[in-house]
Amino acid sequence: MSIDAPQAASKRVQVVSGITVRLVGDSGDGMQLLGTQLTNTSALAGNDVATFPDFPAEIRAPRGTRAGVSGFQVQFASHEVHTPGDTLDTLVAMNPAALVTNLADLRAGGLIIVDEDSFEAKDLKLAALEKNPLDEETLTDKYRLAKVPITKLTRTAVHDLGLSPKEADRCRNFFAMGLVYWLYGRSMDTTMRFIASKFSKLPAVREANERALKAGWAFGETTELLDASYQVEPAKLAPGKYRNIMGNQALAWGLMAAAKLSDKDLFYGTYPITPASDILHELCRFKNFGVRTFQAEDEIAAVCSAIGAAYGGGMGVTCSSGPGIALKAEAMGLAVMLELPLIVIDVQRGGPSTGLPTKTEQADLLQVLYGRNGEAPIPVLAARSPGDCFDTAIEAWRIATRFMLPVVILSDGYIANGSEPWLIPDMNNIEKISIKHPGPRTEADPPFKPYSRDQLLSRPWAIPGTPGLMHRVGGLEKANGSGNVSYDAENHEMMVKLRAEKVANVASILPPQQVMGPKSGQLLVVSWGGTYGACHTAVQQAQSAGMSVAHCHLRHLNPFPANLGEILHSYEKVLVPELNLGQLRMLLRDKYLVNAMGLNKVKGKPFAVSELVSKIKEVCTASGNGRHA
Amino acid sequence: MSTSLPVLTANDFASDQEIRWCPGCGDYSILQQMKKMLPSLGLPLEQIVFVSGIGCSSRFPYYMNTYGMHSIHGRAPAFATGLKITRPELKVFVITGDGDSLSIGGNHFMHLLRRNVNLTLVLFNNRIYGLTKGQYSPTSPEGQVTKSTPLGALDHPLNPIKLALGAEATFIARSIDVHVKHLTETLHRAALHQGTAVVEVYQNCNVFNDGAFNYAQDKTTRADTTIELEHGKPLIFGKNRDKGIRLNGLTPEVVDLSTGKYSHDDLLFHDETADPALVNILARMRHPQFPEPIGVFRSVEQPMYDVQVNQQVESAIANRGAGDLNKLFNSGDTWQVG
Repeated sequence: MSIDAPQAASKRVQVVSGITVRLVGDSGDGMQLLGTQLTNTSALAGNDVATFPDFPAEIRAPRGTRAGVSGFQVQFASHEVHTPGDTLDTLVAMNPAALVTNLADLRAGGLIIVDEDSFEAKDLKLAALEKNPLDEETLTDKYRLAKVPITKLTRTAVHDLGLSPKEADRCRNFFAMGLVYWLYGRSMDTTMRFIASKFSKLPAVREANERALKAGWAFGETTELLDASYQVEPAKLAPGKYRNIMGNQALAWGLMAAAKLSDKDLFYGTYPITPASDILHELCRFKNFGVRTFQAEDEIAAVCSAIGAAYGGGMGVTCSSGPGIALKAEAMGLAVMLELPLIVIDVQRGGPSTGLPTKTEQADLLQVLYGRNGEAPIPVLAARSPGDCFDTAIEAWRIATRFMLPVVILSDGYIANGSEPWLIPDMNNIEKISIKHPGPRTEADPPFKPYSRDQLLSRPWAIPGTPGLMHRVGGLEKANGSGNVSYDAENHEMMVKLRAEKVANVASILPPQQVMGPKSGQLLVVSWGGTYGACHTAVQQAQSAGMSVAHCHLRHLNPFPANLGEILHSYEKVLVPELNLGQLRMLLRDKYLVNAMGLNKVKGKPFAVSELVSKIKEVCTASGNGRHA
Repeated sequence: MSTSLPVLTANDFASDQEIRWCPGCGDYSILQQMKKMLPSLGLPLEQIVFVSGIGCSSRFPYYMNTYGMHSIHGRAPAFATGLKITRPELKVFVITGDGDSLSIGGNHFMHLLRRNVNLTLVLFNNRIYGLTKGQYSPTSPEGQVTKSTPLGALDHPLNPIKLALGAEATFIARSIDVHVKHLTETLHRAALHQGTAVVEVYQNCNVFNDGAFNYAQDKTTRADTTIELEHGKPLIFGKNRDKGIRLNGLTPEVVDLSTGKYSHDDLLFHDETADPALVNILARMRHPQFPEPIGVFRSVEQPMYDVQVNQQVESAIANRGAGDLNKLFNSGDTWQVG
């Protein structure tokens, strides 16, 4: 993805394989909106795309300060991409704070576009800068700098529309957008449509934003600051119809699809929390799909309401992030005891406690596995990418209903807000989820046993309203079969083991775990969740460089796939990169007695591919030396 | 539901489980009156669900031959809300206690009431934690000596009726475990109410707080220590029905009807639909200064949350057509590869 080619004097169009752009400004500057627009436009142009929105926890942090900087990074390419890119080709910065906090990620020779009107003394002061960074020689030595009077040009473009100066300045982001669109030969159509629909009730604002966008484009075409534009050809994705999808959206749609496939109505009980709330926002729009959303009074009520819905025969789902999952723990244990189907979604964020609400992390694995009193095993699945959230939701519901138990889905802030092209599935081609509720009984029938078992140890899902199946469930230990309260010692131990065995049985219906790369060799990289893209790309790069390395990405964290042990022992070394201090690594070492190493990072940011590649290289080299010593 | 109404008796509602409350516990009477009342609703067993939290009272569902859930401490209203949204046609009872509902579950209690979910909540108030063996509860009076308050309880107790009023519950009543006729009638009215019905039941814990409600339970004194609220009727009490309650400004006072100074027309007439401020005056009448009101404090009709959630779904389907996922997935910006 190089744009380092020698520059000609006239405007040229250069074909490049991929571009990584980061748009940064104040949290109120509309950077997330710009990023989304650039992503959609690039996806529609046929590129593969991956995004990384990064914003502060405060809605409107103090304007112009470093704390208030909000960013959106997107990589679009003519080849497959699985990450938003390590280093930036272009940095668009709307103010000095945004520039200085992001500059380190720009590659040498990369392009900086700044709004030079926002580098006044007061702006520098807000960014805690003594000197104007635009005047630093090192800046122009190392990078290509385009100082654009974005504010002035935007104001000029919209001056006769009767907007207040503040309103006019709010169009700055579309000017910047227009300029970026010109730079990468992007069509303005999608964004024009977006503006028209978003501001349909505010004709002056609509007109102003349209003008700003066009003015930005025109500026690119005429300015001498930029001497070339770049073109990224469409990517060769699998054939089919695509759309762009975000992780939280895909989870919402996956839940709706699972409900449809199982002929159930979705009940979604939740409490607002970052970064999970967008699933609620998405689902509450779809009442005509039979979706019932319930914004509960707290996290506990949210999960309890979902269990109540499950007892009534509905598809009960609750969702939160780490702090909320902690509050739901007792009720999740009850769901284990009741043996009712339930989906619990944890969109992870930086912890512990309130932690880093808007930043990503993978540190809730042990919480969802073990964070309950007593022996309370629960199957855990983790989505690997925005689009994968859709399939994960369906699979979670398939497991929950087949085995009558709660299932956890792990997502994270990175995939929740990230987006990628999604091959649109056809609902008619997805396997149905078959659920059978036992039918009515009369007094002539033998008594109903709510805790009787099938061959995989699942119990019948008898729902209120069915004559003859009246039964009571509860948190006290159950006698197997009858489901009556039992304090019997032998029964308790048997039930504890039975619940564990039931969860272990889930592995019997899972497809065997696949690896990308050689079936044995020097190194196996094992990952889970949102680090998939970076690990996949890093392993591919290492393989291309001739290293003996394979990648094993786990969707199932509990139970593990049946063949995982065999896979782990087929490589000399096992590396487990995680955005935590080694949670999966601990589990693998415990269960498989494998000397797994970790690559661990807890900075609220995803892995850069380069970090992984250099670790893989280091391990492979050490391993190679070891062999030859 | 079948077209022919089942003819059930109290015994049909008894499960096969052995009842394990302490002998002499007030819970037995409440269970019995519930079983006696239920046939009058004309519902088959399978249409009824009892949801409870944790505590002595919350064992209740195990003893009923209906559907039931013994959930977790304080959260029964949340389970019941999810159940009712999913299955609004079911008749749901929430069984809870003073600790369950007012302490650990105070939040859910309040939100259940403000949402006015269509169910009946029976709050067994024994002013003590029984299952954990005798700590004071949020309704224990100040100064009460318990296992956890050897020098007397310091916190001011909650009044469940006032709390329910504050949350604008649409049906609020009080009854007494051993006042069987009154309890059965009160439960019946509560069960017929459309919306959340709260019934506080004074319940004696004969092991850890014996006699807490003696004044209200004792047949020889209760005519003087309680006053039965009847809609549209003046507040009269006393063995000889010779005492009444009148309002002096906003202050209630007991007046003697036998002297001729006051007549029925001077008394406060009970109105179940009255402004909550007026009902609050009744709720504040406590023994021994006043006879404590029993019966229905308030009964008004308001939209019900569970019904409305389902109405929104139905009207969305009517207005926009039943959702089609394939159509949704293919809406907006899409592109074709290959």
